[in-house]
Amino acid sequence: MKVKRQDKVATVILYLIAGTIILVLASLLAFILIQGLPHVTWHFLTTPARSFEAGGGIGIQLFNSFYLLVLAMVISVPLSLGAGIYLSEYAKKNWLTSLIRTAIEILSSLPSVVVGLFGFLIFVIQFKFGFSILSGALVLTVFNLPLLTRNVEESLASISSMQREAGLALGLSRWETVTRIIVPEALPGITTGMILGAGRVFGEAAALIYTAGQSAPALDFTNWNPFYIASPLNPLRPAETLAVHIWKINSEGIMPDAVAVSAGASAVLIIAVLVFNLSARWFGQHLYQKMTGSGKKGA
Amino acid sequence: MAEKIITSQDVHLYYGEHEALKGIDLDFTAHEITALIGPSGSGKSTYLRLLNRMNDLLPNIRITGDIRLHGQDIYAPETDVVQLRKEVGMVFQQPNPFPFSIYENVIYGLRLAGEKNKTVLDEAVESSLQAAAVWEETKDVLHQSALSLSGGQQQRVCIARVLAVKPAVILLDEPTSALDPISSSKIEQMLVNLKNDYTIIMVTHNMQQAARSSDRTAFFLDGQLIEFNATAKFFTAPAHKESEDYISGRFG
Repeated sequence: MKVKRQDKVATVILYLIAGTIILVLASLLAFILIQGLPHVTWHFLTTPARSFEAGGGIGIQLFNSFYLLVLAMVISVPLSLGAGIYLSEYAKKNWLTSLIRTAIEILSSLPSVVVGLFGFLIFVIQFKFGFSILSGALVLTVFNLPLLTRNVEESLASISSMQREAGLALGLSRWETVTRIIVPEALPGITTGMILGAGRVFGEAAALIYTAGQSAPALDFTNWNPFYIASPLNPLRPAETLAVHIWKINSEGIMPDAVAVSAGASAVLIIAVLVFNLSARWFGQHLYQKMTGSGKKGA
Repeated sequence: MAEKIITSQDVHLYYGEHEALKGIDLDFTAHEITALIGPSGSGKSTYLRLLNRMNDLLPNIRITGDIRLHGQDIYAPETDVVQLRKEVGMVFQQPNPFPFSIYENVIYGLRLAGEKNKTVLDEAVESSLQAAAVWEETKDVLHQSALSLSGGQQQRVCIARVLAVKPAVILLDEPTSALDPISSSKIEQMLVNLKNDYTIIMVTHNMQQAARSSDRTAFFLDGQLIEFNATAKFFTAPAHKESEDYISGRFG
């Protein structure tokens, strides 16, 4: 009888804990969305911010966030794939690889504000990139690379060694086995990790304050020459992102509608991150089904 | 008269200090099925995996002796291991199809070898699946995942995948031990049909299977080859006491 009652009590407690977590999450989401969504209009999403008067939008910040994200992913995806494949498929177990793994672990636990300061010293000052998209993208790479590498390595390691043997026994080289069998099999997991990483990068503020800068100069959306100073694609212009913008208006915003802009921007940010997370799930599953041909009717 | 396709002389294999194979001399005749039997840990699988150099992947391993395919030393430094494995295919204990469609599974080796002609690929799929006795069950679902098949069907698709590369020798490492008796007997029957075109070397725990389907039987014990004989002779009048004890079920 006693054991049964213990089991019941434990179950109830676990339900309570789970319920509390869901409640906190749901009310946080609901609060941000209810506060923010009324301010989100097409006008709000497309017009530049205003510093001193009401009615400004987040157009440039939104664009900056996406551009920075794309640049950061363009740099970090190939690097993390290479590093992950090396660690999972090629690295021998010795002091060097365990050193690399330890370094990756330490790097992944660094606070983003420290990574930001590092980026400020190296990219902004030393390399003279200034407060720019390039500095921001590089620092986001430093911030993101360890987690992505870990994700790639773990996705690859989860593929059964029997698949590697099958490939090699068929007369495929190791490289062919890795690139044509193991990586495709791990692709759903890798993709999910990449998209989740993208969501994390999209919401990052601290690492960008000292690197991509806190100003969003006006952009000329008619000139896409990356060397033109006001071009949206110019990687050397300063670029305040959405997350940095939220931090900035809340700390020193002097526009009359600062509260509304902050609420609206937060809602947009949350929605974007939610979209990243949900699409990561959907995309991973979809890709797996497509790869394995399951759910597809026979020809 | 029979051509010796693989020869091996005085093969030793060490895992670190442990000697897992203690000097094996064994030759395989073309177009025959040779069964390697023996208790667990006797070295039969280890020996089998030497023949397509799958053991190369293991750390801390040392191999001595002489193994030749068509008279060429397969452990010579200039040997192209990838080419060797195209000549000597392998089927594993657990069915391990790739998580792609049945069609893709069968042609994967060919496609990576650069074959693009759709007619050639289609023909390879049909003939390989037919030879592996799984065509009737899969011809209407070729583009479904190989993972949707039963274990026995998966194993036959894995065999078809090896056949499509057209090896000379097929190694099978307990190919039916994870399967039900009906699937096992289908595969056994299929192997007998395949021997016109291939040389088959099979590790098995199932002595009936060895007795039914093989031409010669090699009995391994503690890393040594105890007896190598025509299967009919081995099971009716074994030359060694250990062989007799093993087939009568006194150990192993």
